[in-house]
Amino acid sequence: MLNWLKKIGKSFSIFFYFFGGLGVLFLLCLRYCFTRPFEFKRTLNFAKRSGSDSLPIVSLISFFLGLIFGLQIAYLMQRLGSEMYIASIVALSMVRELGPVITALVVAGRVGAAITAEIGTMQVTEQIDALKTLAYSPIKYLALPRLIALSLMLPLLTVYANLLGILGGYIICVYRLGITSRMYLNITFDAIMFKDLFSGLLKTIFFGMIIAITSCYHGFKAKGGAEGVGRATTNTVVTSFILIIVADCLFTALFYFAFP
Amino acid sequence: MIKIENLTKSFNNHKVLDGLNLTIEKGRTTVIIGRSGCGKSVLLKHIMGILTPDRGRILINEKDITKLDEKGLNLVRLKMGMLFQGGALFDSLNVLENVGFALIEHRHLCGNELFLRVKESLRLVGLEGVEDLMPSELSGGMKKRVALARAICINPEIILYDEPTTGVDPISADAINELIKELQRKLKITSVAVTHDMNSAYKVADRISMLYNGKIIYSSSPEEIKNTDNPFVHQFINGLSRGPITEEDEWTINPK
Repeated sequence: MLNWLKKIGKSFSIFFYFFGGLGVLFLLCLRYCFTRPFEFKRTLNFAKRSGSDSLPIVSLISFFLGLIFGLQIAYLMQRLGSEMYIASIVALSMVRELGPVITALVVAGRVGAAITAEIGTMQVTEQIDALKTLAYSPIKYLALPRLIALSLMLPLLTVYANLLGILGGYIICVYRLGITSRMYLNITFDAIMFKDLFSGLLKTIFFGMIIAITSCYHGFKAKGGAEGVGRATTNTVVTSFILIIVADCLFTALFYFAFP
Repeated sequence: MIKIENLTKSFNNHKVLDGLNLTIEKGRTTVIIGRSGCGKSVLLKHIMGILTPDRGRILINEKDITKLDEKGLNLVRLKMGMLFQGGALFDSLNVLENVGFALIEHRHLCGNELFLRVKESLRLVGLEGVEDLMPSELSGGMKKRVALARAICINPEIILYDEPTTGVDPISADAINELIKELQRKLKITSVAVTHDMNSAYKVADRISMLYNGKIIYSSSPEEIKNTDNPFVHQFINGLSRGPITEEDEWTINPK
């Protein structure tokens, strides 16, 4: 019984330590946001790098997702004789849910893991300590540019993913089901309202923050050489995925009740 | 002058520094010797303000750095340089950007002015024409020299050396020792080096202190230490596997 209580206590302390750490890192980033020198160049460089690195995999996944989703919906809609709804279902699903979440998960796996590996390697090779000895904050130098860059890049990548997903659905509807191109586009753009686009894109800003803060946190906490960096990278991917899904659930509920 | 008073630091309930006292004289080279893992690098990181002590004070020019906030600490750090064991060069920056990092970020130097300052620092450590190379293109000895150039680039008053000759061949190690002596002679810098390489210690030190069980147990000139009758120091400087240090350690290589 005592051991059992100890285990629960330990799990709670790890849980609060982790979220406390994420919170402190985020607040420090906010503080450094307003202290000179501003990190424009490093932020822009990282945004360019993370955006272009993620583009091929985001393109591939979102296009095929649209294609697969179109086919699966077509199977049901053909049985109901409602093929006309495929375009609006694909568009709404991509814009409200699939586009933002899939893009965030891909970026967490692709860019988040790379951030942790980079910062973790810097940590175990004392480069982070070297930054401190040169009177420069590692949080300002490493975490802040990544936080801003990912918060800006994720909405842009999501817009791109949405368009490719809709293109996937377009190919199924136009070339498989015989719906005209004009009709597909009309139904798609009629179905998407401003609040759909807004709710989808707003949450990606928070997803970007989650990925950046989680990956930087695990990078700074890495210890124990290559094995430690590997462990930190795995932790980043797992915790980012969980936090993205939990945050998505909260946002979906919030938008559902706030904008019914 | 650096004065360390009653410095105590523990990691996971293991006391690494235990009420350590040490005075480092201005303009002189003090070498701290001790076994691997005895807390030498931890001591250096405290002097640099990278680690915060559990107890004790570190006075640099009469100012207690353990009480300073980040801004105050950064002002002190700009008067210091540190050479890390593995160099700790930034992988993503070339030699010019590595050496000139503090000049770019704090003094906002760029262009020709930056290049000339970096070139001068590299010349002082015996390197030329390497400004455009990346750290991955440098040998171990060159990395240490570039790291040293980075440490001296902002004209520090104090330089901390963490195992300056570890991981380099004997000829490069001797060249680094010569460099430390030359920098001290030319720039009148206060130097603190931690090492377990006694050849290096004898060569560069004005004073040698031995760290053992979290405390400085002995301090003297290199000449005096060679003739010491302290059994711990005697065992360490002569590299003997039998003696009071190994008898105290459970993991002695000659267990009874």
